[in-house]
Formats: sequence, C-alpha cells, structure tokens
Amino acid sequence: MRSIERSLNQFNEAGIRPVAISVDTSEDSRNLAQSQGYTFPILSDRNAEVIQRYDLAHKGAGIHGEDIARPAEFLIDSTKTAVWINLTENYWIRARPEQVLEVSKLLK
Amino acid sequence: MNIKRLNWPLWLGLVVTLAAFLSYFFVFVLFPFTRDFPWANLVLFVIAGVLLFMGLRRGFASDRPHPTRSKIVSSIVSVFSLFVFAMFVFVIFVGGRSLPASKGAPQVGQRVPDFSLPDTSGRQVSLDELLTTPINGNRPKGVLLIFYRGYW
Repeated sequence: MRSIERSLNQFNEAGIRPVAISVDTSEDSRNLAQSQGYTFPILSDRNAEVIQRYDLAHKGAGIHGEDIARPAEFLIDSTKTAVWINLTENYWIRARPEQVLEVSKLLK
Repeated sequence: MNIKRLNWPLWLGLVVTLAAFLSYFFVFVLFPFTRDFPWANLVLFVIAGVLLFMGLRRGFASDRPHPTRSKIVSSIVSVFSLFVFAMFVFVIFVGGRSLPASKGAPQVGQRVPDFSLPDTSGRQVSLDELLTTPINGNRPKGVLLIFYRGYW
C-alpha cells in the first residue's frame, strides 16, 4: 500500500483507482491513512462478508481468532470484469505498482 | 574489561544476528526489492555466521583466561544465533506461505461480486461508485482492489 501511494499519480493518469479493503474498523483505517499518508479509499469490511464473497478469508488468522483477508489484488475494468489478479502464495511477496500499471494499458 | 580478552567477534556476531532478523520487519520490508526476497538479511546472517565462527574458535582457544566459561558462553551464543536464523527462515519461507488457496476467488475474465462498504469517514461506498466517480475529471478505466490483512 505504501508503494501504491507513492505511485498514485501514475495510477490517476492511467485512470485506475486503487481501493484497499480489510476487516479493520473505519476508525482504525482512518488512523492508518493519517499516519501513513494514504489518500486512496480504504474500506472497512468488519465482518469479512465481502472478503468471504471473494473467497479471500484467512480463517482464524486474526489476533483474536477472527477471519481476516489474505493479501490479494484484483484489477477490474469498468464492466466489473477482472482483467488481472494476484493471489500471492507468500505473505511477504506482493504485487508491484509497475505490474498493475503495465496491465492497465490494456483497459479502455 | 580487557579488550584483548573480550571475545568481540562472538558478541558482534550476536548483534549482527539480531540486526539481521529485526531489520527485515522494520526496514527491508518497506522496499519491494529487499522484501520479495530477503537477500539483504541473508547477507547479514552470513556476516554474522563468519563472526560467530571466529568467536567460537576464539572461545575454544587454549589461551583463554576462563577456558570452561569461555567455551560455554561461546557455545550458547552460537546456538542461540543459529536458532534466530532458523526462526527467520521459518517466518519468511514457511510461515509466509500459510495462506488459503482461495480457489473460489474471481478469475481473470470473470465478473467480480458487487459490494458496498463504509470508508474511513463511515460513508457507504459501492463498487459502482468507485467505478464511476471521476479521477481528475475523467471516468475511471478501472479499479484496483487491494485486500489486506489489516491491523485489527
């Protein structure tokens, strides 16, 4: 998310809106955004309902055994169709903005 | 304490070992180049290993003022450092892979599920809105959904 924020101008130019989603409360996300300087939308899926709908729940992985999201990225076009997805197999390896920006050139 | 008697490679090896472990989570994780593969930390662990090997040799040398204590201390520090290295390898290469397969996640070419969720100010935001609210005056070409674990 840090690297997304750093590349936000390029995302804006490419017409791509980054949106982050986690089980954090709106308040926690607001604090995160303020402390890290994130300016893209951060949404709160408190009960992991959307996370489950996307089959991204990491069951019981929260600090109190709650379900949380596994890291995942989806680039979707204006018809809500996924044009690129990244379901990392290792928590420490994430998508880089360059990858997304490269694929986004295909969007109309 | 006499600096000549101090087993400095041993203690420096311990410090570098701890730095090699902690620096990933506090420094190197911030940069994709050093995060995706922790080569910077592995280099530090190699340096620590060389120092600890020197420290062990020194600890087991016959000219130590307290030979028994020296052997025990250098052995404990080395075994502990090895344990820290093993922990690091486990956390990054084994623990990091304990993620669900998510076989039912949207695939390329599939439509993704709709949603409406509160943003940081508590206002409900829908996927439709995200896809239609202009960016710099232009209609967005797409949305990048980033799911993350959060901090609970």
